[in-house]
Amino acid sequence: MLSHLDPLTLARAQFGFTVAFHIIFPAFSIGLASYLAVLEALWLATGRQVFLDLFKYWIKIFAIAFAMGVVSGLVMSYQFGTNWSVFADKTGPILGPMMAYEVLSAFFLEAGFLGVMLFGLHRVGPRLHFLATLVVALGTCFSAFWILSVNSWMQTPQGFTINAQGQFVPQDWWAIVFNPSFPYRLVHMVLAAYLTTALVVGAVGAWHLLRDRRNPGARVMFSMAMWMIAVVAPLQIAAGDAHGLNTLEHQPAKVLAMEGHFQSHPDGAPLIVFGLPDQETGTVRYAVQIPKLSSLILKHDLNAPLPGLDTIPRENWPVVPVVFWSFRIMVGLGLAMLLLGLASLWARWRSKLYEWAPLHRFALVMGPTGFLAVLAGWVTTEVGRQPFTVYGMLRTSASASSLSAQAVGTSLVAFVLVYFAVFSAGVLYILRLMAKPPHPGEPGIQAGTPIRTAGITPDLAVDPDRVLQPAG
Amino acid sequence: MGYSVDLTVVWAMIIAFALLAYVVMDGFDLGIGILFPVFRPGRERDTAMNSVAPVWDGNETWLVLGGGGLFAAFPLAYSIILPALYAPFMAMLLGLIFRGVAFEFRWRDPGHRAFWDVAFSAGSIVAALAQGIALGALLQGIPVEGRAYAGGWGDWLSPFSLLVGLGLVCGYALLGATWLVMRTDGALQQQARCLSVWFGAATLTAIALVSAATPFLGAAYWQRWLTMPNVLFTAQVPLLVVIAGYALFHQLRHGAERSPFLIALGLFFLSFVGLGISLFPDVIPTQVTIWEAASPASSQRFMLVGAAVLIPLILAYTSYAYWVFRGKVDAEGYH
Repeated sequence: MLSHLDPLTLARAQFGFTVAFHIIFPAFSIGLASYLAVLEALWLATGRQVFLDLFKYWIKIFAIAFAMGVVSGLVMSYQFGTNWSVFADKTGPILGPMMAYEVLSAFFLEAGFLGVMLFGLHRVGPRLHFLATLVVALGTCFSAFWILSVNSWMQTPQGFTINAQGQFVPQDWWAIVFNPSFPYRLVHMVLAAYLTTALVVGAVGAWHLLRDRRNPGARVMFSMAMWMIAVVAPLQIAAGDAHGLNTLEHQPAKVLAMEGHFQSHPDGAPLIVFGLPDQETGTVRYAVQIPKLSSLILKHDLNAPLPGLDTIPRENWPVVPVVFWSFRIMVGLGLAMLLLGLASLWARWRSKLYEWAPLHRFALVMGPTGFLAVLAGWVTTEVGRQPFTVYGMLRTSASASSLSAQAVGTSLVAFVLVYFAVFSAGVLYILRLMAKPPHPGEPGIQAGTPIRTAGITPDLAVDPDRVLQPAG
Repeated sequence: MGYSVDLTVVWAMIIAFALLAYVVMDGFDLGIGILFPVFRPGRERDTAMNSVAPVWDGNETWLVLGGGGLFAAFPLAYSIILPALYAPFMAMLLGLIFRGVAFEFRWRDPGHRAFWDVAFSAGSIVAALAQGIALGALLQGIPVEGRAYAGGWGDWLSPFSLLVGLGLVCGYALLGATWLVMRTDGALQQQARCLSVWFGAATLTAIALVSAATPFLGAAYWQRWLTMPNVLFTAQVPLLVVIAGYALFHQLRHGAERSPFLIALGLFFLSFVGLGISLFPDVIPTQVTIWEAASPASSQRFMLVGAAVLIPLILAYTSYAYWVFRGKVDAEGYH
């Protein structure tokens, strides 16, 4: 049924689908790992039971989210070869080692500290356990470091030469790893992960406050999440702005597509708030615009000239409507998050943080918006990189494996079916856990539970009372 | 920017090691999945599952390391082999996802246990068959033009690749059955012993057929195996397989508990050595050698630093976990 589509489009759809599913889980587990570390630190510092209860409440959810990240990650490590073999051949000498580091660091995490974090509190004592939690939180950031460095190099490649076989070969690893867009992207993504987690935690807290506003666990998690959103949402907007300026310097076509600037503006470009970009005619229909504001945002000067997409050859344009709209979705959600943060500050100031039901409903609705914003942001940056895989160096159309549409289409349908079946079940289990209110003496992960996240040190998952004598 | 001969061999060994580690370790837990329909629902299935529950996830991570390592150290091989074996690889990934989540959901969701049991078993069989077919298709040769795969998307399917696929399913089932002989007792152990005999016979037959067919697939195989003086060395491999096969049945008949599993591991090791003799120094038979496929020395060196530190640590953890979990299991839990 998909055979009328060309294999390139199908391969892009497949990569987009599998990576979009994958990114949801790490975005959550990066933030949650840090949140768990903070909860445990507060418990150790204050001795208050509620922090331990919350730690045990969220670690059960963390275990499933982490597991689903691992499962969907397995597929990603083969997608480059199956569907993007020319890309894999050409970039392997540079991207391969960086991805190997990502795999090894994730591997190392699973090998040790994760098992201790999940099951070891009563085995190794609170201090050593806290160390394990910290290492896991750091380790998730480490994974993010490498994979974002890979992605950033594809956006702003440097530090390479091209050999006789047409491969990118490393010349300066430092320049490759710390390529120009990497620091901005890393900060923007890690903040996004924190914000996403805070929104989920806030929504779960709000849900339970709406049912019982005296639940101490719900109060503490809601308050913490609202502080986090109030602080991180403005920071994220600032980081996004800096990232955008960096993109304007290195990938102007992407920013112009985000802004919908087909035409050049020699004396101050307007900000197009909404409109319908038309790729064919190179115009934005029904544009609602504010004069000179785009130049103010991008150049910090009302009258600064801004060249448009008309200065860039048409065959190097990204698909403008997609980038234009995904960017607006991301920014719109970001502004809503800022509003939530400000509303919580106002409620706190009026001492009705735990009583003001409209705020709780707002926070509940905002629960999934972090994921949406992350996905919209990724669409903006990845579609905005088109029509290249390695920006300016390797075109997407020259990157794919020569496969028949049948092969790619069939596997795409299989992925869609399997992912929806499997991951819906996983998300359902997470939602069931969230639906239960946190309570004093919250149980941790049950011993004896076969759980994927146990990694290679599952011995800690075993209840010592149930260990029988080894035979022989 | 030169290519280093020694580093390339080192990386070939690391990836071969990761693959062997994957095959023997995930092999027995895939084997449990393959044998799963034979066991009675309830106690028997729970016991079989519990015997691998603590270790299976760590086992599977070697596959990620193998794939990632191949991409990094031999990008050309990675970019030719994966499109050539597209369908088997996709089937394997989907099979592994299904059986992976079945492990956990079967326990979390007892209401749908029957469904997750089928998912566990079907996923294991599909993954094992797909891996064997992929290996068979690689051995029978992959057409290459320039730096890309030049065949169709159904070329992997042949009587030979199917034979290797079935052989690997039998081999994994043998590993799973002998693992259960070692780790369980009572009626389940008896059943596993009986299954070990059947799948032992099937595995040895498959090894014999594949070995007999391989030299006819290409002149290079014939030359590497059957010309003097190579044959003096290579003949030891089938000889050892015959000895191992005899020892397997002998030990099973005399009620041994651990040695059948160790012998089954030995059979896999010997088959792996045989595979190495067939292929080396090619990574894609007669088309691409490991040196042609290698990434530059600077890439291989950059990565070796991390691998040299982390792989030994991972191995240490893995050994520790297996040590902790030695002994018998029952339906109540693993120990």
